[in-house]
Amino acid sequence: MVKKQKDNLTDTLLLQPIIAARSSFYYLAMALLGFTAFAFIAWIAQLRRGLGVTGLNVPVYWGVYITNFVFFIGISHAGTLISAILRLCHAEWRRSITRAAEVITVLVLFFGVGSIIMDLGRPDRALNVLKHPNLRSPLLWDVCSITVYLTASTIYLYLPLIPDIALLRDFGGKFTWFYRVLAIGWKGTARQVKVLNRAIAVMAVIVIPIAVSVHTVVSWVFAMTVQPMWHSAIFGPYFVVGAIFSGIAAIIIAMALIRRIYHLQGYLKPVHFNHLGLLLLVMTLLWFYFTFAEYLTTFYGGEPSHLSIFYSKLTGRFAHVFWAMVIACFVIPFPILAWRRTRTITGTVIASISVNIGMWLERYTIVVPTMSHPRLPWAEGAYSATWVEIAITLGFGATFIFLYMLFTRFFPIISIWEVQEGREHSLPKVVARVQSYMPSQAAVPAER
Amino acid sequence: MPRWGMAIDLAKCTACQACVVACQSENNIPCVPPEQAALGRILSWIGLLPEFEGEYPRLRMRLTPLPCLHCDKPPCIVVCPVGATGITPEGIVRQTFARCIGCRYCTTACPYTRRHFNWNKPEFPGDLAEALNPDVSVRPKGVVEKCTLCHHRLLRAREEARAANRPLTEGDYRPACAEACPAGAIAFGDLGDPASAVSQLARNPRAFRVLEDLGAHPKVFHLAQGEWSGGSGQEAKG
Repeated sequence: MVKKQKDNLTDTLLLQPIIAARSSFYYLAMALLGFTAFAFIAWIAQLRRGLGVTGLNVPVYWGVYITNFVFFIGISHAGTLISAILRLCHAEWRRSITRAAEVITVLVLFFGVGSIIMDLGRPDRALNVLKHPNLRSPLLWDVCSITVYLTASTIYLYLPLIPDIALLRDFGGKFTWFYRVLAIGWKGTARQVKVLNRAIAVMAVIVIPIAVSVHTVVSWVFAMTVQPMWHSAIFGPYFVVGAIFSGIAAIIIAMALIRRIYHLQGYLKPVHFNHLGLLLLVMTLLWFYFTFAEYLTTFYGGEPSHLSIFYSKLTGRFAHVFWAMVIACFVIPFPILAWRRTRTITGTVIASISVNIGMWLERYTIVVPTMSHPRLPWAEGAYSATWVEIAITLGFGATFIFLYMLFTRFFPIISIWEVQEGREHSLPKVVARVQSYMPSQAAVPAER
Repeated sequence: MPRWGMAIDLAKCTACQACVVACQSENNIPCVPPEQAALGRILSWIGLLPEFEGEYPRLRMRLTPLPCLHCDKPPCIVVCPVGATGITPEGIVRQTFARCIGCRYCTTACPYTRRHFNWNKPEFPGDLAEALNPDVSVRPKGVVEKCTLCHHRLLRAREEARAANRPLTEGDYRPACAEACPAGAIAFGDLGDPASAVSQLARNPRAFRVLEDLGAHPKVFHLAQGEWSGGSGQEAKG
């Protein structure tokens, strides 16, 4: 089978980024690593002088770092969850997008965890969470669920990579030894294919509840406290919806970039963007529904401690952030995605960028306003991020993009074997499936 | 076993802040430079909570001394991922500085904002470095600290009682704030003993606990000042 693949390889275009890089790759990599270096300098400053270099204070103990944490973990729902759901539904259009999505998950999780490390006053003691775990703490639940999620989604990324790694091993390019180790003896025998497909299917099922648990637990970090506008039962599902929302948007942006940079117009077609755009539309509406429900119940309950935060968001100090969030998460993406003529590649990308900005702002308006209005009238907190926090945030974003680029240089970002499998086998399968839906002749009453 | 608690009589309190100063020097609380203080990074384990009452021109400010309330059901200790804070059998909410990772989840979860974080390296300018209390460790930057009810005094009192071969009595142990109050507004003692002064004050009709409806069961009581209803301080701002 390997031989056959190699001989009539129709998808050599997908190997092109691995065979040779264009000089623009190096320029972009340098630019991104510049941000990384800047973030590193900021981090050194923070390590030396303490969290005093940030804008955090009393009572705003949490700020941009925690916002980033929730945001990055949210983005991570892109991959694994969407890809697993599409796989389980046998959505044939998934074949060229699953890997691009799964890589986002695995890489971005490191930045979610990294954001927490940045936020620690004593990062040198971070391993205390393993040495002295307190199982009652929602933060420890986070440690557990994120570890499980990272493990599961790494396996889920790796399994469908194996046949492509074997392909690269047999291709005889650079780093053959590296691919030989990772291919763990894949020969493409019928038995291996069967086992692999089975394993992928099992992982796809396992990964979904894990992904849901991760963002639920992230929300519980807030919801388990008694603080106003955090202590809300809606937070679990609200955060999961927000996570999938920002995750789909991240996939769309990544796909558009890959498509343009590596000339993959033949693989990532407008139909893919249309379908993901429809999914994003559903999430936009769900996001609006949850946000509306959350704020309306707060308003009707009318507890003073809640209302002071409520009004600070709607009309007060945080109004600009709040309304920017509503515009970016709903007002801009909704019409673009709802109207068929704007649900194009450009349209969905604009909507996705808007959604990702909006979702970052959403996390900010959850964290900071509540912190700024403690129940007791101590001085109200005024928080604005300093250069250290901004540098680390930008550096995290840039480093993520760099690692993603690096991945595309070593592994095909579109699953070659799955695309081929689709081309060879899926048409008869789909026909058979659709036929199975059809009412059988016997069920139709005979016409007279 | 005693259940240590406090009762602060607001009718006696003159808001002189002697308790704040006494706490500061007793517990080696670092001096925060003015520019850091302007950012709201003051460390004071017992602080005066400012509340405004009435409307202009009939405006009045009420100042309530507020240490850590040493809740019986502290919202701060469950959330600590590393178990760096807990409650002793005698009801003191403790903090293990050497284990704290500085995630500030406890400061976030405390509805009273009575936990403090070392944003910077502690500073003791001038002679203050030589006046440090040898019984209390100086906290490094990056960890959370809080009122311990002068736990080191309890340890010492217990040792002295044991050396003298007598049981620990209530008067052996008082935190620095209670000792320093010139108006005698801070009563301290065993809430488990119904005859103790602090228990009697806690049963006084004027006694209330701040944000009592949150169910954290604080062991610090306040005694309302005459006409005050003992409101919750939850007036809407904004």
